[in-house]
Amino acid sequence: MTIPASRKLWLGYAVAMLWLYVLLWPLIGIKPEGLEFATSTEIWAKLAVVSAILLALWQLKQRGVFDFVSRPAQAASQVFTKAADRVPTWIWLVFVLAGALVFPFLTERYAHDVAISVLVYICLGLGLNVVVGMAGLLDLGYIAFYGVGAYTYALLSVHFGLSFWLCLPLAGAFAAVAGCIIGYPTLRMRGDYLAIVTLGFGEIVRIVLNNWMSLTNGPNGILGIKAPGVYWWQDGKVEHIWLGSLEQLYYVILGLAVCTVVAVYRINNSRIGRAFEAVREDQTAAELMGVNTLGIKLLAYAMGAIFGGLAGAFFASRMRFVSPESFTFIESAMVLAMVVLGGMGSIPGVILGALALIALPEIFRGFELYRMFVFGGVMAMMMLFRPKGLWPAKRMGVRSEEKD
Amino acid sequence: MEVFLQQLVNGITLGGVYALVALGYTMVYGIIQLINFAHGEIFAAGGYMGVILISWMVAQGYPPFVCLGVALVLAMGYCALLAMAVEKLVYKPLRSSSRLSVLLSALGMSIFLQNGLMLTQGVYDRAYPGEMVRGGFEIGGAMVSYMQIVIVGITVVLLVGLNTLVFKTRVGKAMRATAQDKTMSALVGINASRIISMTFAIGAALACAAGIMVGMYYGSVRYDMGFVLGVKAFSAAVLGGIGNITGAMLGGLIIGMIEVFAAGYISSEYKDVFAFIILIGVLYFMPTGIMGENVDDTRV
Repeated sequence: MTIPASRKLWLGYAVAMLWLYVLLWPLIGIKPEGLEFATSTEIWAKLAVVSAILLALWQLKQRGVFDFVSRPAQAASQVFTKAADRVPTWIWLVFVLAGALVFPFLTERYAHDVAISVLVYICLGLGLNVVVGMAGLLDLGYIAFYGVGAYTYALLSVHFGLSFWLCLPLAGAFAAVAGCIIGYPTLRMRGDYLAIVTLGFGEIVRIVLNNWMSLTNGPNGILGIKAPGVYWWQDGKVEHIWLGSLEQLYYVILGLAVCTVVAVYRINNSRIGRAFEAVREDQTAAELMGVNTLGIKLLAYAMGAIFGGLAGAFFASRMRFVSPESFTFIESAMVLAMVVLGGMGSIPGVILGALALIALPEIFRGFELYRMFVFGGVMAMMMLFRPKGLWPAKRMGVRSEEKD
Repeated sequence: MEVFLQQLVNGITLGGVYALVALGYTMVYGIIQLINFAHGEIFAAGGYMGVILISWMVAQGYPPFVCLGVALVLAMGYCALLAMAVEKLVYKPLRSSSRLSVLLSALGMSIFLQNGLMLTQGVYDRAYPGEMVRGGFEIGGAMVSYMQIVIVGITVVLLVGLNTLVFKTRVGKAMRATAQDKTMSALVGINASRIISMTFAIGAALACAAGIMVGMYYGSVRYDMGFVLGVKAFSAAVLGGIGNITGAMLGGLIIGMIEVFAAGYISSEYKDVFAFIILIGVLYFMPTGIMGENVDDTRV
């Protein structure tokens, strides 16, 4: 970097910091009792020092000061990736699955609870991934399908005593129908209108759940939902038992998550998956190639909704209680953040994203309040610095612009 | 009849506020085709800046109208700076990337700002000090408070000011040219970057005024108040025809009226639903809105 460029960089930094102070101080410093500068200056100084250090490090890196570390590190990581690539994928999958299966024996109750949340969000993330990642339709009301699934099971279980296993496909079906009802009028719209309309639909579903007292019991929610039950060997004979404990529920959701992963993987590698990708990349071109774009979009929407519905039914059986509180916009934003962070269209990416967004905050419990603040910032910054996510999706085939 | 008149008065007040917020959405969409999700948060930040400044000035013993006027001007400046910072930081570097990434970063910014407000101002409602403007009068059985008169007055002044700026000045001409065709306007020497930045600032200032007025009208502000209002204001912008300034004003008024009348005559629990239904209906049957849209579809 030349000296004028460097000067420009630091001048920009100074202006940005000045700007930051002007924005920060009025929020913190002006109180009815009087003006105060200490707190805001302290926060500002910390931010300024940290960003100055980061900027300086970046500049040094551009100069090549850290080459003596980064070159060997890069070489080592390349060797490692090559070695890892040589091991077939199925061996890795077996390792991961075995780890997931023995997980409850090695950990305690609290860890089971977190693991169940992570798995539920993996299902949701993968479902949204079909819509956003594969078909490129931004859906901001995805949590509505989760809600539809949860309420389907809750109502059928409480009023008719239907079993969880019977309700699971029903929840998926209801969610798919809801997806079609929402999708049909909206999917003809311009891409970015879809975002705001789905957001509106998500809110409508929540408001209806909140106000339809006779059906959903409003904000009080529905109590007394049954856990999943199975027939199992017990004391030498087959008996019906409820899978009420956390370990048992863990295995239920693990099974559901594995099914979801397999299903999404299969969709991705099918003709339909390619049609999704074609619609995402260029709708006009896709239509010219004979893809029924509206039908494909509707299909993506309904498929995403099914996974949301399944996860919702499990959620109801795990909590034994549903209320509209659980289906707010923030939840939709969380699931979306997972997909974006992990990598749109990438299955391992979404799993990584769910782990990062659910498990990490559990470790930093003390910073609970800052969670969404950080997520929002990370989401915006990801688009700037790594728009493809932590674990970018592999694209099928070869593209003319990459081929040379 | 009395109920009708009363709702009419309330509808005009609310509709004016929606119109102010809708203008920010429509101007930004008209120029860079971005649903600026962070706009609702700018509105909330305006409400907070109002409460912060007015509480401080009232504590210093200034008369209410001075407080209101000074707070309005300062807070509008603050929000303009905030919106420009957001634009420079996350939207400008993404100007050539896909629409989905800009939309996602806008959403991220919205969550970031909303939680930033929560962290600095607390989770609970913050009340506006006392009643700034007391009393009212009666027309044909409908109560009109002086507060409503003040709100409608400020709204009208701002809307007329904006109209003059956009349709009568050189800067306004540059803005309209940029919204029509960025490449062509750049060729005739208009600095598109500066115009975009300015559009964000103007939209934010209007949203900020709306935030302060909503705060005064309902008596308090909350960190997440920008979310639902933002969606409604966007509906208003779409209803009027996105990118169309006159359309946004009209759309805001219509959405405000519909909400108030629906709450009065149909159901107050579902009042938030009506705006969404209108949005969906308009997009389905009349995607270009009442006044026709005005959007430059080329990307720079």
